Amino acid sequence: MKRAAILLALLSTGPALADSKQPPAALSYTQLADPAQEARAKALMETLRCLVCQGQSIADSDAEMAGDMRALVRERVAKGEQPAAIRSYLIQRYGDYVTYDPPLSWVTAPLWIAPLLLLLVGVLLARRLFRKGSA
Amino acid sequence: MRRVLIWAPLVLFALVFGLVASGLVTPADRTVRSAMVGKPLPGLDLKPLLASKPGIATADFAKGKPRLLNVFGSWCIPCIAEAPQLLALKRAGVEIDAIAIRDTPEAVQAFLARNGDPYARIGDDPTGKAQIALGSSGVPETFLIDGQGRIIDQHIGDIRAEDVPAILRKLEAAK
Repeated sequence: MKRAAILLALLSTGPALADSKQPPAALSYTQLADPAQEARAKALMETLRCLVCQGQSIADSDAEMAGDMRALVRERVAKGEQPAAIRSYLIQRYGDYVTYDPPLSWVTAPLWIAPLLLLLVGVLLARRLFRKGSA
Repeated sequence: MRRVLIWAPLVLFALVFGLVASGLVTPADRTVRSAMVGKPLPGLDLKPLLASKPGIATADFAKGKPRLLNVFGSWCIPCIAEAPQLLALKRAGVEIDAIAIRDTPEAVQAFLARNGDPYARIGDDPTGKAQIALGSSGVPETFLIDGQGRIIDQHIGDIRAEDVPAILRKLEAAK
């Protein structure tokens, strides 16, 4: 009886929500009136990581914090700020992790240099082998 | 030379294999730390959320005494768990300011009445602007600010009883 009552009580519980009950920021779900500005804002939002749902961009995420970040991006774009400046503002706060388009640094340099190096090794290797074959 | 070199591909493979395997077994750390630690507090000017307490202004943090800046919400469950530790810190003489994220005066009043009130000031951050300015990615988070208004550390998640001595030590060292 007691067990059944506990199970029944568990059925009626709601999930514990980790969100506030406040309405979202004005520009988090509303596009900018100027289509060109909205396009710039959207392009930037798609390259910024949601810090709550970390596989998603802030354009895709429904987390409240992603909404706040969208509102921030749109407000700043509407004020005429360059997307690159908004990105660097966020990188200053959260590090390179916040962008899906990380700037070139000592950490990211191997991503760019390694393919070139491997290609070079490949060419040298091929040249040596072909020379041997013709001789 | 040849006899050594012939093992190179296998060694290379073992290295890559080891790297991938270790990445698979070590749990990923998904916390995003603020890049503002070590830098001066960003310019904040937040309206008071409650009539009984002042809001948050950056200038108030450069008055010689280290302070805590707690990012919280009345809607945040771990913030309730953290409340007794903040009260313990207050009893130890620490001054604690707060930024309330997406909150209302009524809800915060009720939260403080129920869980105790450790705060000297509470700033209102209705759209998370101050939270983003601090590089905070959730609630609760607590920033340690030295007497010159520089962020010296960030505590992510609720402060547990075992974290209190370390926080007191860091604040003491920042004097």
